[in-house]
Amino acid sequence: MQESGVVVEGLVKRFGSFVALDGVTFVVPEGTVVGLLGPNGAGKTTVIRILATLLRSDGGRASVAGYDVVTHPQQVRAAIGLTGQFAAVDEDLTGRENLVLVGRLGRLTRKVASDRAAELLDSFELTDAADRVVRGYSGGMRRRLDLGASLIASPSVLFLDEPTTGLDPRSRLRLWEVIGRLRDDGKTIVLTTQYMEEADQLAEQISVIDCGQIIAEGTADQLKTKVGGDVLDLRLSERSQASDAAALLAHTFGIPKSELTIDDELGIVLIPVQAGASALIDAVRALDGAGVAVADLGLRRPSLDDVFLSLTGHLAEEPRPDAPEPLQRRGRPRI
Amino acid sequence: MSAPAATLAPPSPTVTRLARPHVVGDALTIAWRNLLNIRRNPQLLVFATIQPVIFVLMFRYVFGGAIHVTGVSYVDYLMPGIFVQTVVFGSLTTGVGLAEDLQKGLVDRFRSLPMARSAVLVGRTLADLVRNVFVVILMCVVGLAVGWRPGGSLPEIVAGVGLVLGFAYSLSWLFAIVGLSARDSETAQAASFPILAPLVFASSAFVPISSMPGWLQVFANHQPVSAIVNAVRALTLGGAAASQVFAALAWIVGIVAICAPIAVSRYRRAV
Repeated sequence: MQESGVVVEGLVKRFGSFVALDGVTFVVPEGTVVGLLGPNGAGKTTVIRILATLLRSDGGRASVAGYDVVTHPQQVRAAIGLTGQFAAVDEDLTGRENLVLVGRLGRLTRKVASDRAAELLDSFELTDAADRVVRGYSGGMRRRLDLGASLIASPSVLFLDEPTTGLDPRSRLRLWEVIGRLRDDGKTIVLTTQYMEEADQLAEQISVIDCGQIIAEGTADQLKTKVGGDVLDLRLSERSQASDAAALLAHTFGIPKSELTIDDELGIVLIPVQAGASALIDAVRALDGAGVAVADLGLRRPSLDDVFLSLTGHLAEEPRPDAPEPLQRRGRPRI
Repeated sequence: MSAPAATLAPPSPTVTRLARPHVVGDALTIAWRNLLNIRRNPQLLVFATIQPVIFVLMFRYVFGGAIHVTGVSYVDYLMPGIFVQTVVFGSLTTGVGLAEDLQKGLVDRFRSLPMARSAVLVGRTLADLVRNVFVVILMCVVGLAVGWRPGGSLPEIVAGVGLVLGFAYSLSWLFAIVGLSARDSETAQAASFPILAPLVFASSAFVPISSMPGWLQVFANHQPVSAIVNAVRALTLGGAAASQVFAALAWIVGIVAICAPIAVSRYRRAV
C-alpha cells in the first residue's frame, strides 16, 4: 500500500442522523493529483476537513504523508497545505503579512518565512499588490494569495477544496494554470470540485462522490468510456420538433427512444452512438429526408456531465436535497 | 491571458522549520496579527472610546448631581466605575473578533497548522490587553480633565489600573467562549450584551449598592464587577484596600481558571 500520499479507508461521518460519509475509500499516490468530483453536499468538504484534522471521523481511517490523522495530527498538519472554499486570509493585513503570518505559524523562521513570501508573491503575480491590504484585492487575487498561504511552508500534500468556486472564468483559468504547475512540480494534491471541466483539466485520477460514497473511479478518459461511444449533439431550429426528431433518430439507429436525452425547452437531443462519423452522416440524411431544420449537429466525446448523469441519474450541479445545514460552511464567500 | 514567467519554487530543502510548537512564539505571532488589525482600523478604537467618554460626561454632569455619595466627591467615586465599565464592554470585542475569524475560515486555517492549540486565544487576549492599556490611559486623561483627583499614591493608582486590566483580560476569556459558540460576529455581539448590562449596572460602578432594593443588593454585592470596582475605588481614593484587592484578584484568577480551559476546548472543536 502506498502510505506516503493520502490513504482513505472506509471513512464514515455522521451529523446527527444524516450520514455525510458512508464508507469513503480512495488512495492518492505520492506526487499525483486526485480529483474528488461531486455535487454540493456529496461529502467532498467533509472528506477534506477530516484529512486536514479539522474534523473527527466516526469510522474508518485516513493517513496523510504516512501519518494517521487521528493519532498524529500535528505531524499531519506539518505536512499539509489547505485551501478552503473561501479565501481564508486576513483582510486587514497586506498580502505579504498574510503569507508571513501563516509561514511563522507553520514553524518557519522569520527569515525563511519572509523569503518564501517574496517568492510566492512573485510566482503568483502578486508582487505589485504585496504591500497593500487584502481588503482591496479581487476575488481571484484573494484565492491566489490563499493558495500561496497554503504553500508557504512547502507542504508535501495539498488539499484544494473547490479552489475556483465563485470565480469568474478568467480568474479560474489563471488559477488552473497555477495548480497545473504545482501538479507538474510533483505535489500530491487532493482537489475537490463540482466542475467536470476542472477535474478533467487538473486531475490525473478522478473519484466521483455522491451521497457520501465513491461511485466511480478512473481517469477522465476511463470514466468517459464507461458511458460508451460518442454523443451526437443535435440542436433544432424549431424547438417543438425535438420529440419528433428524437423518434426519427431512435428509429434510424435502432435504439429505444428512452436512451436519448431530449430537452423540449431548448430543442436539444443527445443520442449515444457507437460508430461515430458514419452515425453523423446517417443522422444528417435522416433529418434532411424528413425535412427537420437543424440549427447545429455535432459529434463529441461524452463530457463528465454525461458520465455523472449516467452514473447517478442526476446532474452534478443539483444539490442533494436532504443535506443539512452543518454541511454548508459558515458565512458566505467574500468576493 | 498572461502566463506567469516565473516557475513555482519547489519545496526547497533549505527551508528550515522550527522543531516544536511553541505557545509563546505562536501566541506572540497571533498577537502581532491582531494588533495590526487594530492599527489598520483606528476608527474602531475611536468608537470604542467615544462611548465611555460620553458615560463620563453624562454621569459627571447629568446624573452626578442627583447621586449622593457620602464622604467623597462623585467624580472620584465614579471614575473607577467608568474604568471597569469601559473594559467590560470592550472585552466583548475578543468574542466578536473570534467569531469573525471563524466565519471567514481563518480559524480553519490556524487549526490546520502545526501550531500550539491555545496560541490563537492567548494571542488575541494579549492583543486585546494591549488595546485596553491605551483605552484606560485615555480614560485617565478624560477623568483628570473633568475633575477626577485620585487621593491614592502613585503605586496604589498603578495597582488599581493593573486590576482593571487584569479583569479585562479575564473577561476576554469569557467572551472568547461566547465568540466561539456564536454562529457569526453579530450573534456574538448580541449574545454578549445581556451578560454585560446587569453585571455593569447592578453593581457599585455608578451608584452605592445601598440605594438598591434588598434583593438586588444581594446580587450586586456578590458579583465580579462590584468586587473589582470596590478594590479600584479603595486604591484610587487611598486608604485600606487589602481585603478588597484580594477579593478582586480572586475573581480575576477564578474567571481565567474556569474560562480559559473551556475556551481552548471550544476552539479545538470549533466547526
